[in-house]
Amino acid sequence: MSDDALNAFRAEVRTWLEENCPQEMRDGASGEDAIVWGGRNWKFKSEAQKLWLERMADKGWTVPTWPVEYGGAGMDRAHHKILLDEMRKMGARVPLQSFGIWMLGPALLAFGTHEQKLQYLPPIARGEVRWCQGYSEPGAGSDLASVQTRAESDGDHYIVNGQKIWTSYADKADCIFALVRTDRDAPKHLGITFLLIDMETPGVSTKPIRLISGKSPFCETFFDDVRVPKANVVGTENRGWDVAKHLLTHEREMISGGGQGLLGGRPLGAVLNAQDGGLTDPVLRAEAMACEVDALAVALTLERYKDQAESGGGVGDASAMLKYAGTELNKRRHELMMSAGGADALTWDGKHDGLAADWLRTKANSIEGGTSEVMLSIISRRVLGLPA
Amino acid sequence: MSTLLLTEDETMLQDAARGFLDGAAPVSHFRKLRDAGQTHDAKLWAEMAQMGWTGVLVPEDAGGSDMGHAAAGVLAGELGKTLVTSPFISTAVIAATALRQVATDRARDALASIAAGDVIYGLAVDEGAKHNPEATELEARADGNGFRLTGTKGFVVDGSNADRLLVLAKTDAGLTLFDLPADREGISRVGQNMVDARDAAQVTFDNVQATGDDVLGSVDDAMAVLKLALEAGQAALSAEMLGLSAGAFAMTVGYLKERKQFGVEIGRFQALQHRAAHLWSETEITLSAVRHAGRKLDEDPDNATLAVSLAKARATQTAKLAVIEGVQMHGGIGMTDDFDMGFFMKRVRVATEWLGDYGYHAAKVAAARGF
Repeated sequence: MSDDALNAFRAEVRTWLEENCPQEMRDGASGEDAIVWGGRNWKFKSEAQKLWLERMADKGWTVPTWPVEYGGAGMDRAHHKILLDEMRKMGARVPLQSFGIWMLGPALLAFGTHEQKLQYLPPIARGEVRWCQGYSEPGAGSDLASVQTRAESDGDHYIVNGQKIWTSYADKADCIFALVRTDRDAPKHLGITFLLIDMETPGVSTKPIRLISGKSPFCETFFDDVRVPKANVVGTENRGWDVAKHLLTHEREMISGGGQGLLGGRPLGAVLNAQDGGLTDPVLRAEAMACEVDALAVALTLERYKDQAESGGGVGDASAMLKYAGTELNKRRHELMMSAGGADALTWDGKHDGLAADWLRTKANSIEGGTSEVMLSIISRRVLGLPA
Repeated sequence: MSTLLLTEDETMLQDAARGFLDGAAPVSHFRKLRDAGQTHDAKLWAEMAQMGWTGVLVPEDAGGSDMGHAAAGVLAGELGKTLVTSPFISTAVIAATALRQVATDRARDALASIAAGDVIYGLAVDEGAKHNPEATELEARADGNGFRLTGTKGFVVDGSNADRLLVLAKTDAGLTLFDLPADREGISRVGQNMVDARDAAQVTFDNVQATGDDVLGSVDDAMAVLKLALEAGQAALSAEMLGLSAGAFAMTVGYLKERKQFGVEIGRFQALQHRAAHLWSETEITLSAVRHAGRKLDEDPDNATLAVSLAKARATQTAKLAVIEGVQMHGGIGMTDDFDMGFFMKRVRVATEWLGDYGYHAAKVAAARGF
């Protein structure tokens, strides 16, 4: 692709955004209410939010790198970068974010049949169906492969029974992609199936879990004789662990900052300078500088891995490193911001609106999607080749 | 901006460099030089010139290969992996970058000499214990049509072996950069007994005569030329330090797989696995910053300060961790002179201080980021 063509594309993108991005959507906001998560029951916060999603979805720009036939725009990385760049310059909000975009989509693109892709991907791209992830169970946390939720064969259906936990936004989701056990006699990694389940199916129920942040983003999800068509298996029966692992690499990238989702966008410098008279404490300043150095280098590493993925090199188990580094950094950043805020940061609302809840939320970053310790074990075995 | 991946040319350069250095300059070669009290290997330097390495930043019309800063970083990284001793950064990176910004015949001739491997440069900038060019006290007093230089520079890397010195001096209304032959009357050099067994000298200037022709760039405006030269050096040094980290890390992981205690390889212990995995993570992250610095110097050199300081800040921390963990995970053998890990530790310490330590560069990053 020549520079001329890319420049022409940039001009085209800029013009289109100028003409189509509603003014209210140009404030760069990234909070929970600012971004559309979509779904059957989604309530738009404004007409502008709805319009923005529709226009972007029509262009395939909610999922720019997905193939056009599945609701995307088929962009390569160079074009995608330009789109993101122009949106950032304008302060345009992300039109849609979801676990469907970050996690299920990439897994379906890799493992789904053409029919499954046609059925599931476009509604994700348009924000019509909201998905959640049914992985962890009370007895299967870091040891995820020991999931016990079972799916028993009944003709062309499964009967699903069991319980999931830490299901993010299960109470708001329309569907769940779940790991279920279809062979109890096989070694634990070889008896798992990746199954798509509509949350409206009789027998599915959810219960929010109140967290230390005062919020309830996570739920318990119960399956009680839930009938699910076998056509909803992604990949092959009993080989769901392959799909799960593939999806986990995307989840790790999302949590480490690849998606705009979980880490939030508070710039450290802005918060530090928000202290009256600027940040003068030399100890805090030194810690903030060190944190900024590391944050910039981690961001560059994310860029480098994207370059690598784009060039066909694949990132593979190195995503465990990004997950580890990104989440530990995010915890550190939020500790610093709380320190910089001092007493002003100790209220649930007020001057640093929402910071306290964000700070508490970050403590889950190094647990969800695989703990930091699991990530280090993955690196030591699969990257460094140390003996198990 | 190009990607943060190596280009095909850079990969070929890296492979060729590794192949050559594994034969000509493995760590055992450094040990021989150290044992013989030598800080320079003229034959190796000539071979590096022949392969185009000394001309990596010299324009083609001056006989160079002009491969750019990212490529210079690739070479510096490979040099670091096996502790190769050479004036590559002082001469082929810093001096070449300074000289190519000056459009004079003399500068062009000097560049040609660098490409040919005929000259070694030393950078005489610092005077105190910490890198701080702005604090220069060495004075170049106006004297007729020229200058007289008086003062002392410390930590002049490659200063004993140098044929020429780039000297930063205080003039009437600012700082001025001089390019002087190292044997000019009034210059005396004392080689320092460095922990890394490399060349660094204290250089004293006693009423040294200089003319306008000796000035590189403009009088009172040294930074117009020196800023980019320093940044190029810092970026290449970061790359060397990442190479040092990689060299030390490879030894460490190898040892974890082979050393047995309690009847098993010690690499089976989770405590050590996690330390090794953390160290690898730090190395991966620093690699991105180092690549980025090279690309930025090649593609947007006027705005490379943040990228370069980020690279040097990260490289100092990562390399320090790599050698500290290297010794710790090797246990007692890591403390012995017979074993190579100590060489890495000592070189990392010197490279950490040269051209600005962690605090110096972290402060530049913070300033560029607005806090």
